[in-house]
Amino acid sequence: MRFYEHEAKQVLQKHGVPLPKRSVATTPEEAETAAAEIGGPVVLKSQVLSGGRMKAGGVKFADTPAEAKDAAAAILEIEISGQKPMGVLVEERRAIAQEYYAAVTWDARAKKPVIIFSDMGGIDIEEVAEQHPDHLSRTNFSNLRPFSDYIAKVAVSKTGVTGNHLGPLTRIVTALARVFVQYDLTLAEINPLARLEDGTFIALDSHMDMEEEARTSQRALLRELGIPDEDTRLARPPTPFEVAGAQVDAADTRGVAGRVVEFDGNMGLVIGAGGGSLTLFDAVRAAGGKPANYCEIGGNPSVAKAAALTKLVLSKPGVEKIAVMMNVVSNTRADIMARGIIKGCIEAGRDPGETIAIFRIPGSWEDEGFKILRKYGVDFVDRSVSMHEAAARAVAKMGA
Amino acid sequence: MAMFIRVDIPEDVQAEEPLRKQLVEVCPVDIFALDGERVVTVEANLDECTLCDLCIEASGSRVKVVKLYE
Ligand code: SF4
Repeated sequence: MRFYEHEAKQVLQKHGVPLPKRSVATTPEEAETAAAEIGGPVVLKSQVLSGGRMKAGGVKFADTPAEAKDAAAAILEIEISGQKPMGVLVEERRAIAQEYYAAVTWDARAKKPVIIFSDMGGIDIEEVAEQHPDHLSRTNFSNLRPFSDYIAKVAVSKTGVTGNHLGPLTRIVTALARVFVQYDLTLAEINPLARLEDGTFIALDSHMDMEEEARTSQRALLRELGIPDEDTRLARPPTPFEVAGAQVDAADTRGVAGRVVEFDGNMGLVIGAGGGSLTLFDAVRAAGGKPANYCEIGGNPSVAKAAALTKLVLSKPGVEKIAVMMNVVSNTRADIMARGIIKGCIEAGRDPGETIAIFRIPGSWEDEGFKILRKYGVDFVDRSVSMHEAAARAVAKMGA
Repeated sequence: MAMFIRVDIPEDVQAEEPLRKQLVEVCPVDIFALDGERVVTVEANLDECTLCDLCIEASGSRVKVVKLYE
């Protein structure tokens, strides 16, 4: 789940990270008062859960409280990625000498957190990684052992930072790493992390995402931030297609057919099993495919549930074919899945042999599943074909 | 309409009240239901058959589970 910027800053403040004077306003009048209390020029930032605020007009500057009031009135009216702001963060504007980037996130390959640090902040970090790799460091650390300041110091100094800048930056990066581990975050980012003209360092913007599953264990933090249980914090409101996906899952308790996310591609995906969904989604994209959706199906869903998900995916305009792929399954039956998917195709008025680009569900009851797939002329593979190979084979059939 | 499974219940099974009830109890996916003095199959559930053979065992192999894809 995602935090608003002002909440992320509250978390940073608890851990001693220096921040600008600030206040959250929900009306133009509150923004005017906040600007008067802060004194001097301010920046006003829309509090939405999506990025792209600057481009959308969700960030404005004001030199006086009256200007701040007008700016807040304008910002509060702007929807960004379909979201109305929950408020405006009014923050003192400081003169910046240099911008840095600091983040802690998960490194899936290393299976450890990684500190990403750059002395070129304020811009897209992907661009820095591509065009100025010598200005970016990646430093893994253990989330099981206590975090040592030394690791943060290494991360910062790898980009060439030395002298009296090293100490304060190390302290901020240390706090960021501890926040990441303590609150089960998947991303803790400060961008830009600024060195001001007076030589002090300050976090100007921050972005934090927490593991969805950590909501219970992190209830104390959520209470402290004033986030109620019913506040789901999705990055955007669910589309009707996604709502329908949740209904398919809720209508039948057998197995899982959930987390349906809509994309604008032409290949429907019915994917899952033991983390397989993400791998398979990435495999489709790596092969040049354009997924129409993401989903997670598994836990031995009923034939009816698999059929309902298939029909839903096929009902999405532009979906030409579906790829049915899973990791090796033990608690989901390949034959039950085969029945459900084929039934879904037929009920949607589609020929399963033409519609299913690939069926790869190796494991439990696969031989029985193969009999069904053969009967309906569906192209299937067993575990000797990797998930990536299966995805590539499916992508090759699109538009064929 | 079931596409994958058909379950045949012979008349001699219909004559045995305890067996009729037992079929309803053993099936994990509610394929059998009582209808007055008879046990019938529930069309909407037939394709959910797990091929567990419990109905076959209970009836001494008189109930037949037919895989329509074979
Ligand atoms: S084989 Fe099992 S699931 Fe199928 S009808 Fe018989 S008892 Fe029900």
